[in-house]
Amino acid sequence: MTLATLFRRRSSAPVARERLQILLSHERTCRGQSDLLSSLRDEILAVVARHVNVERDQVFVTMDRGDIVSRLEINVEVPHTTETQAAAG
Amino acid sequence: MGAERRVVYDLINVVQGVAKLPQALIRDKRIDTLSLLPASQTRDKDALSEDGVARVIRELRAKFDWVICDSPAGIERGATLAMRFADTAIIVTNPEVSSVRDSDRIIGLLDSKTVKAERGDRVEKHILIARYDPVRAARGEMLNIKDVLDILSLPLLGIIPESEEVLRASNLGSPVTLNDPTSAPARAYCDAARRLEGHNVPMMIPTERKGFFDKLLGRRAA
Repeated sequence: MTLATLFRRRSSAPVARERLQILLSHERTCRGQSDLLSSLRDEILAVVARHVNVERDQVFVTMDRGDIVSRLEINVEVPHTTETQAAAG
Repeated sequence: MGAERRVVYDLINVVQGVAKLPQALIRDKRIDTLSLLPASQTRDKDALSEDGVARVIRELRAKFDWVICDSPAGIERGATLAMRFADTAIIVTNPEVSSVRDSDRIIGLLDSKTVKAERGDRVEKHILIARYDPVRAARGEMLNIKDVLDILSLPLLGIIPESEEVLRASNLGSPVTLNDPTSAPARAYCDAARRLEGHNVPMMIPTERKGFFDKLLGRRAA
């Protein structure tokens, strides 16, 4: 038992390397995004919010990153009540 | 660096115009070409303005051959200000997950948030691996040099072996390179410094001490 645990404990470095690779691939993607896609998303949403009163949970954003093209999809549900309210006010 | 008793003014005083740069610079007692500019430990680093730091760096550039900005660990404002005006960066990393991860973030910032990067230029970057324990790396208990370099994909400036000498020197307020120049970490630091100056110094990968138990354990792991 003790010998077995000794052996198993020995190589933790491969685990560390794997954890790092996962962490960094995620963080590096986020970093890349923050440049173009994220600022596009923020500005588009700001413009939409200026014209209609949208709730945060009625906005659906998906970002797809590929090697050649990336896709930013924004779906905003505009309720009629808010629109009429805004027009009336 | 053992100059704590001699601090009168610090970087924040100079940035805020309370003191002139020469008043804040402390001449090192051991090396006459070395001066220290203390960064305040007590006051908030937010007291530093970017323009102020830029002016101090410009003055230092005119006075010295090398200006070394020791950055606080992590990625808060102090670190981004320290790297802001750099020509060259040395990323000191320990072979452990959290340290390598922070280094990766810092590399990202060096490529985007420095004056050089904003001009479309590139900050020269080097990796210095500290606290490397060859015995544990050989046993697979520690990330090895290749792992770290593969992940960060930058050139290696040096490998500082884990050593008791470093803490001993640090306790005494002396760089290990002066406190015990013949020790393994001191020689590794000197080699790294010479590589930075452009000398061609072969890289010494620290090897395990060949004790009886080390051999025994090393062979068992293989």
